[in-house]
Amino acid sequence: MSKAPIKLSVQNITLRFGGITALDDVSFDVYEGEILALIGPNGAGKTSCINSIGGFYRPQSGRIFLDGRDITRLPPYQRAKLGLSRTFQNIALYTNATTLDNLMAARHIHMRSSLIGEMIFWGMAQREEIKHRRVVEEIIDFLEMESIRKSIVGKLGYGLRKRVELGRALALEPTVLLLDEPMAGMNVEEKEDMARFILDIHERRGVTIVLIEHDMGLVMDIAQRIVVLDFGRKIAEGTPQEIRTNQAVINAYLGQAE
Amino acid sequence: MSANIRPSGVFDTSYAQEMRINRTRFDQVLSAGFLGVILALPLLARTGPFGIDIVQPGFLGTVERIAIFMIAVQGLNLLVGYTGQITLGQAAFMAVGAYSTAILLRGGVPFVLAPPIAALFSGFVGLIFGLPSLRVKGFYLAMATLAAQFIIPWLLRNPLAPWTNGANPLPVPRADLLGLEISGLTLYYFLIIMCLLAMLAARNIIRTRTGRAFVSIRDNDVAAELLGINVFAYKLRAFFICAVYAGLAGGLLAIEARSISPDRFDLRNSIELLAMLIVGGAGFSQAPIFGVSLLALLRETLIPSLTPSLQEWLPRLLPFIDAVNINAAIAPIIFGVLMIAFLIIEPRGLAYRWEIFKISWKIRPFSY
Repeated sequence: MSKAPIKLSVQNITLRFGGITALDDVSFDVYEGEILALIGPNGAGKTSCINSIGGFYRPQSGRIFLDGRDITRLPPYQRAKLGLSRTFQNIALYTNATTLDNLMAARHIHMRSSLIGEMIFWGMAQREEIKHRRVVEEIIDFLEMESIRKSIVGKLGYGLRKRVELGRALALEPTVLLLDEPMAGMNVEEKEDMARFILDIHERRGVTIVLIEHDMGLVMDIAQRIVVLDFGRKIAEGTPQEIRTNQAVINAYLGQAE
Repeated sequence: MSANIRPSGVFDTSYAQEMRINRTRFDQVLSAGFLGVILALPLLARTGPFGIDIVQPGFLGTVERIAIFMIAVQGLNLLVGYTGQITLGQAAFMAVGAYSTAILLRGGVPFVLAPPIAALFSGFVGLIFGLPSLRVKGFYLAMATLAAQFIIPWLLRNPLAPWTNGANPLPVPRADLLGLEISGLTLYYFLIIMCLLAMLAARNIIRTRTGRAFVSIRDNDVAAELLGINVFAYKLRAFFICAVYAGLAGGLLAIEARSISPDRFDLRNSIELLAMLIVGGAGFSQAPIFGVSLLALLRETLIPSLTPSLQEWLPRLLPFIDAVNINAAIAPIIFGVLMIAFLIIEPRGLAYRWEIFKISWKIRPFSY
């Protein structure tokens, strides 16, 4: 695994909100084609870390590299163009639109039609719409969302909405997918479905995945490597086996024995 | 939401079919019928070729102005209804288009070029006043765009007076298109065609990439950024398109009215355009048809026909009312009441009601 090239590299990032240090000199590498889980107790800085990678937070120091390119200063929309895509912990879908529209909106960066062409529509713009509609339909098939294709997202259940958001993140055709608690609040069946989809995405599409998840059993099953954060600091990194027996991690989760 | 409900038995067999504007036979017949009536109107007027006296010639003028204001309101719809930004300067952008068209035509620029150049120029002016949208939203953006509404008419009245005739009306020369004089019947058809093209272009923007980017920004600008949409660039694009539409409408108004003055483009007109949008249903592509038609018909047809009887009866019922003042007060009062009624009863506007009506028609005899 470690022989694969580094896809995403987080180097010494420090993020402060006023007097609170959310991330303190955190560094880790994500190798191409792996599933890396980011775990830690509540408030450890996992989401802050994902937000820094996605560009929604600006760390005070440190650098972030994607494919060897420094993206520390790029706005989120340019990071999306470079192949970074994510889902949110508390779902940020367009709730008044259909599943299909949500996914089509995510095709934005891959579409090439001009404003004039769109105004005329017939010809280029229409061909382009159809081309991207096919791609979106493939994702709908892939995530088994055919029955909710035309449903308003706001009216769907929580588990399905999470799935639509995953679909939207996939429609960007990312090379790195950041998943912020994709299974939070789900029941066991929904979690199993989601785990299956994540493994499928990883296997069939070769997407590198960074995952935040609290369900330890699940993390141990699907992640290839794990990074553990606590109070904004990285306290451990390694394979599930190593993490399971790591004393620092056990202390962070269960408290330290006197 | 509603667009997905169709009568049972109607299926699409290709993506292209599904993207059509009029997807069912009912929609097609309705659109064609509506357009047919509009196109037939001048033929039924006394001034028409057959000399039939069914339609008042004055009513044709009303339809012409509805067509023009529909363009301005559709521009506003793209910015306010779809992108979720706000402008209180739409009338000022119309003024830019109107005066540019007038000055270009007076300078001898061919008729085919004048309105498009004026519209583009208006678009760039709109771009400048859209710049604050980078930093501010909602109420504050409204205030920032209010600047346009005060600066532009002031410029027209004072520093630019040598070209614009100041506060006095500026006559617009009669237009001709490739030797064909644009007046009367040809003007009517010209305006209807321009309106149709503008509505079609707007509808096409809405159903493709740019339109989806607009809606993404309106519904959740953080998620829009995440999808790789350059939010600021697209807000500016919305301001540009909005002002181009306003400029085109202004230019057509100059051609239709043959004379323009700055007081046709003041804050009251900007707010009236917004009122038309809200009554019509912001965020629905049919909003201009409903909003502009309702308010324009009220003002130009219904209120004038009611005024004489009101002037006679109201002072008898309420002795403190002066019959002379009723004329000026009646339109603002009716508009005000209408606006409040819409905001309370149906803030989503007439277009939304129309969608509901169409659905209930399509799924009949069931109620769900």
